[in-house]
This record gives sequence, structure tokens and C-alpha cells, in this order.
Amino acid sequence: MDWHGNPPRNDAFSAPAMAAEGIARSDAVASNSAANRKLFKSRVPIYPKEVDGIYRNLKWAMMAVTLSIYYLTPWLRWNRGPGAPDQAVLVDLAHERLYFFFIEIWPQEVYYITGLLILAAVSLFLINALFGRLWCGYSCPQTVWTDLFIWVETRIEGDRAARIRLAAAPWTAGKVAKRVSKHTIWLLFAVGTGGAWVFYFNDAPTLLHQLVTGTASLGNYAAIAGLAFTTYSLGGLMREQVCTYMCPWPRIQAAMTDSEALGVTYRRDRGEPRGPHKKGQPWEGRGSCIDCNQCVAACPMGIDIRDGAQLECINCGLCIDACDDIMMRIELPKGLIAFDTEANVERRLAGKPARFRFMRPRTMLYGGILVLVSAIMLFTLSFRQTLDLDVMRDRNPNFVTLADGAIRNAYTLKLMNRTGQARTLTLSVSGLVARSVNVIGVGDVKGPVPLAVDADKVRTLRVLVTVAKPDLAASHGLTFTLSDGAGKESRHVAAIFVPGDVK
Amino acid sequence: MAKREVDDISGTETTGHEWDGIKELDTPMPKWWLGMFYACIVWAIGYWVVYPAWPTLSGYTHGMLNHSQRDDVTANLAALKSARSVKEAALRDASLADIQRNPELQQFAMAAGKTLFGDDCAPCHGAGGQGAHGYPNLNDDVWLWGGKLSDIQRTITVGIRSTSPDTRQSQMPAFGRDGMLKPAEIDDLTEYVVHLSGRPANARAVTRATKLFADNCAVCHGADGKGNRSMGAPNLIDNEWLYGPNREDIADQITNGHGGEMPTWGGRLSPEEIKALAVYVHNLGGGE
Repeated sequence: MDWHGNPPRNDAFSAPAMAAEGIARSDAVASNSAANRKLFKSRVPIYPKEVDGIYRNLKWAMMAVTLSIYYLTPWLRWNRGPGAPDQAVLVDLAHERLYFFFIEIWPQEVYYITGLLILAAVSLFLINALFGRLWCGYSCPQTVWTDLFIWVETRIEGDRAARIRLAAAPWTAGKVAKRVSKHTIWLLFAVGTGGAWVFYFNDAPTLLHQLVTGTASLGNYAAIAGLAFTTYSLGGLMREQVCTYMCPWPRIQAAMTDSEALGVTYRRDRGEPRGPHKKGQPWEGRGSCIDCNQCVAACPMGIDIRDGAQLECINCGLCIDACDDIMMRIELPKGLIAFDTEANVERRLAGKPARFRFMRPRTMLYGGILVLVSAIMLFTLSFRQTLDLDVMRDRNPNFVTLADGAIRNAYTLKLMNRTGQARTLTLSVSGLVARSVNVIGVGDVKGPVPLAVDADKVRTLRVLVTVAKPDLAASHGLTFTLSDGAGKESRHVAAIFVPGDVK
Repeated sequence: MAKREVDDISGTETTGHEWDGIKELDTPMPKWWLGMFYACIVWAIGYWVVYPAWPTLSGYTHGMLNHSQRDDVTANLAALKSARSVKEAALRDASLADIQRNPELQQFAMAAGKTLFGDDCAPCHGAGGQGAHGYPNLNDDVWLWGGKLSDIQRTITVGIRSTSPDTRQSQMPAFGRDGMLKPAEIDDLTEYVVHLSGRPANARAVTRATKLFADNCAVCHGADGKGNRSMGAPNLIDNEWLYGPNREDIADQITNGHGGEMPTWGGRLSPEEIKALAVYVHNLGGGE
């Protein structure tokens, strides 16, 4: 066994180069390093070596947290009273409702989702400007599932060296058994992933029972199959290619970052010039990097962090763990690779002290936008109306001339009651001298008219407004007002009255 | 098999075809493409086994699932019918006034009526029921045969000048074409009708036509020109003109006696469909 708990390499495969006393130089090649990059090339498989350390543990912890949130959320219950679903987070497509704990969003209020997306985007920018691509390294589903799939692979096929050997080995029964079990477990995880997704769109316990008994709708099985396929292929087979070639964020973040943003950084001020080190040799006049390539072997993205900041780097910090382990073994201080800034490297090279500038125009701007959008969201959400009104003017016919020459316009009104109780809402029309206002099904009305709207429902009504012909010469505005009768909530909607063919 | 020539530059085999020293490369299909191609072949074989696929002399192979799209349609239609049956029965049993008073039933009737109107009525009356020259506007408050729910229901059921034995029937004579009135008399009558609708007209012609109107028109349109719904005779003093408000339109109508035809829907639509249509048309805004 070598120092990392891996079986000794076989001779045909290992080069006996030593980086330092007792530390073999890894033969890992940074397949995605700048020097190896071509416009088109087939993928060179990456066999990341398992590492141990603070960032590896952080990643395990984040994986546990994010996957738990994903798998467990649909099972949380939330009592909304009779007639309403009791699932805390539910996208009810059939009834066009989105439930999130105490919030119930209607399709008309999709701007809340827009607001959430803006918040998510600005948070991403802010975190990126402060601490680098923490999202990519620790919480992006792509890297989390890839990490999980690599973990499974390592448990079954062994660590890096064993996996490389297995890939090159002929197809024996043992190899087939390992490969089959690996892909089976991957598929099980993938099915579980798709399975969890559909629970967000259905009552979870009911759907689970249906899925097991084979009575769930075809759409659910298709969604599970589709998501299982994408999880399996993106997380298991494509891995780092998704981040490098498919994801827009690495390209965008290049514009969002600057030299003061934290990132996984090879401190070249300390590491260079690099080279193998023999025991007893002095450390003066050379860098701390012994060129052992363990950072490359550990990298799930196939890059060499010593090339500097690059778009493939997901900032997972596994190379930090790999390097710190080596530094400990050669009795040098840790942190040759660390979360640091490019600016600090430059400062140290110039003989200046390192410092972290978290307050920068960029971060202040992102922070300001974040606070502003949050405040708007909070304000609109807390003063959100439980009633709403839509007015659609009839355009076919645009207006109707009555026998006595009076002009009538028709409007279709949608009265919305977003509460869980049936309510009586008051409708009134103002801003126009109307000869008559007729609510179909209610009759001619004078002044505000009370209208019953069922709990959590929309009531559609047609309203006819008639104006004596000489009263109006041109198009005229009018206002429909829906109020709760208690003076707490009201909604005014402006509309237009067309008095005939206006020449 | 003969060893094939390999192109030095690309490292790809050649097909052996050569034109003036230019050799054709035998570039292989991309592996992913080939994979999908073979997968499709496998899929197709599975499809033959599971689904109807091959014609035989007397029919076709049914496949393991015994699937039939025609059966699916029948089942879907039956499911739709049974889903609607409760409200359809309610519609059949309720009176027109009850439907209008019950918001739930009214909404169902309106939705059904809107679809039926689009299918059966819109070609003549327009998508919004706004009518056209010779085709009545159903939005306004002018009704030839009455605008109550029951009137509308009856008009839809029996039609106007239709093939139904119970059809609503009226005929404006072609006074000019059939030689019952002379052109000068028609001109005078036109002035009279213009005068009836409150517009300025030639006073002498109006005086001359007073007796003509009383003799020829008043029997249907009434002495005051307000029309008669029991005969489908239009009101001549309002602002609505089925065949146009201008003097030439009116003269043309007196001369030729146009009369449109509305088909009978009694045998073609079910009673509850006609009820739904009546409620829809009534609620377009002109219902009485």
C-alpha cells in the first residue's frame, strides 16, 4: 500500500519518478490544460483520485445537505385547511397553483418566480465576486451528482490507479461484474433523482403508492425515465464536459469575476520555480512545489490549477486537500494551493502584504441590487392582494348600436378570490356616465354590486355598459373596481369605452 | 479480404474509387450516429411485436398489446360523454330561466353555447354574433322574432323560412319586381320609410306615400311602422337595417323583398344543445 491507501502500481504502468523522498510523482496528465486544448477532440477520460481533507469533508457535507433538501422537501406537510393540498411545496399544474408553505401563487403572479430568479442570479454574481464559484464546486446539481457517481465508482472499481488499470484490462468476468454493478447503482440513483422530481408536482405519498402499484400516470413514468436518463448521462458519463462545454455559467462568470475575487489559487509566488526535491536538499532558491502532480490527479475537471484561473475550474478545492497532504508530508506549511486571490499573489510577488478586499464597487453593486430586489419582493408579498380583477373588452363586435342609437360595449371580467374562504366581493364601474350597467346573470345594476366568489376560484362575468349616443364623441376611459367590501382591499382596472365608429 | 488503402494524411481508409488521382475517403459514420441507427432498428423490431404493424391478406398483425387507436377514440369519447352527462342532464331538466339563474349551470351552458355557436352559427352571424348585411346582429336589442330566451330557443329549433314544417315564416313581397308598385311609388315609399326613421325626407313624397304605406305595408309593419314580431316584420323606425339604411338599400328591399333563410336546428342539435345556444345568444347582450 502506498501513502494514500492505494495498492501499489504495477510496473508496466508507473514511472518511478520521485517528486521528493517517499513521494512518487503522479503520471496524471491535465487533459484539459491549456497546452492540451484543441478546437475539437474526443474526450480523454478523467480518473480523479480520492482525497481527504477539509474541502473534501465540506463537499460531503454539502452533498448531504443539498440532496436531503431535494429528496425530503416533497414529503413535508403543511395544513391549509380542508379542500386544499397539505403538501408544503407543490406545483399543482392541473389546478394551476404553486404552493410554498404559507404562500400560494396563481399563474397570474408568475412575477414572484421572476423575482426569485433575479434574486438567484444576483446572489450567484455576489457570491462569485466574493468567494469565487462556490455554487459550481459545492451546490450545483451537476457537480453534486457527478461527485456522488464518482464516489460510487471509487467504491466499486477502486481509486484512480485501479480504475485506470481496469479500463485498460481485458473484459474478464470480474471487470464485467464491476462495470455492471457500477452502472446499475448509477441508474438506481438516477431513477431516484427523477422519482423525487415528480413528487414536487403530485401529492408525494399518493404518487409513491401509485408508482409502486403501477397505477401512476404515464407522464410521471416518462418524467422519471427522462430525468433518470439525463442524470445518468450527465452525472455519470459526461461529467466535466457538461460544465466545460454545455453550461453557460463558466463563460458568464468570467465577466463577473475580478482579480480580487477569492478562488482556488496556486500561489505561484511561493511554488515557483517548481521541481523535484531530494531529501536533504535545501529549500532556498526554489519554490515549494515539488511537481508531484497530486493536484492534477485529484482534479475532477482534468485541469492543472498551476496554470492559473481557468473557466473549467469549479472551485471545489479538492486540489487544495491533495496539496496540503503533500505539504504536511514534506514538512512545509500548508496552503501552497488555497482559496486566495490573484491580486494577493501579485502583491506578494511585489513584496507587499496580502489583503482581502470584500468591499469593492462590484460587490457593493451586487449587494445593493440584492437588497433592493429582496425589499421589493418582501413588500409586494406582504401587501399581496387576496382579490384580483381582470377586464377584457369585447372586440368582436367592437361595439353594439342599439335600436335607439345608444352604444353598448361588453367586457368580460375575471373576479379572483385567492383566499380559502368563499367571499362576497363588490364590483363598481366609474368614470363614465352610463345609461345602464348590466351584469349578465344579475341584471341591471345601479351602483356597487355584491358578487359571490367561491374559495380559491375565478368567477367569469360579462358586463354590458350602455351609453346614450350623444353623451360621448370619442373613446372614453372607465374604471372597474373590485373591493372586499370591508375597505381593506381593492383593485382598480382601467378600460376603454368605444362609442361607435370614431372617424 | 484485400487490404484497403489508408490515406496518409487523414489516416482514413479509401473506398478504392479514384478520379484523376483524387481518391475518395471512406470516412466512417460517427459512432454515436451508428449507435442510434442500430438502436432504432432494435426499437422497430420491438414495435412490430408489440404494436399493430404488418398488413396481412385479411387484416393486419395486432401486436401483443392489441392496441387500436379507433378503440381509444371510442373510449375517450365515451369518457367525455359520461363526464359531461351530469351537467347535460341538468341542462335538459332545467328550464331556460333556471339555467340563467344558476351560475354554475349558466357557465356550462355558455361554454357549450360558445363552441356550438362557433361551429354552427358563426358562418352567417359572425364569430362574435355581430351579423352582416342580410344576417342579423345578435348582440343588439333588435329582434325580428323576439329576444326572450324562449323566442331564441324556438327560432333556433324551427329556423326561418326553413324546411321545418313549423318554421317561422314571413315574406316581404317583391313589390317592384312583381309589378305591384310602380317605380315612382317605390321612390315615394322610400321617402316615407326614411321619414319614419326620423331622418329628413321629401315632404311631398311622404304625403303621397301615406296611403301607399297604409295599403301595402301597414298590414305587417303596423300603421306606425313599429313592426310585428309575430310575423317577423321589422321595426322601421329604429336605427337597425338588416339590408342597409340608405335610400337605395330601402328601395331595393321594397323592389325585391329580400328574405334570408335560417336552417332548422331541431333535428341536428339535441334539445340541451339548443338550450345552451339560446342562453349563449341571449347573453351576448341583447336578450330580453
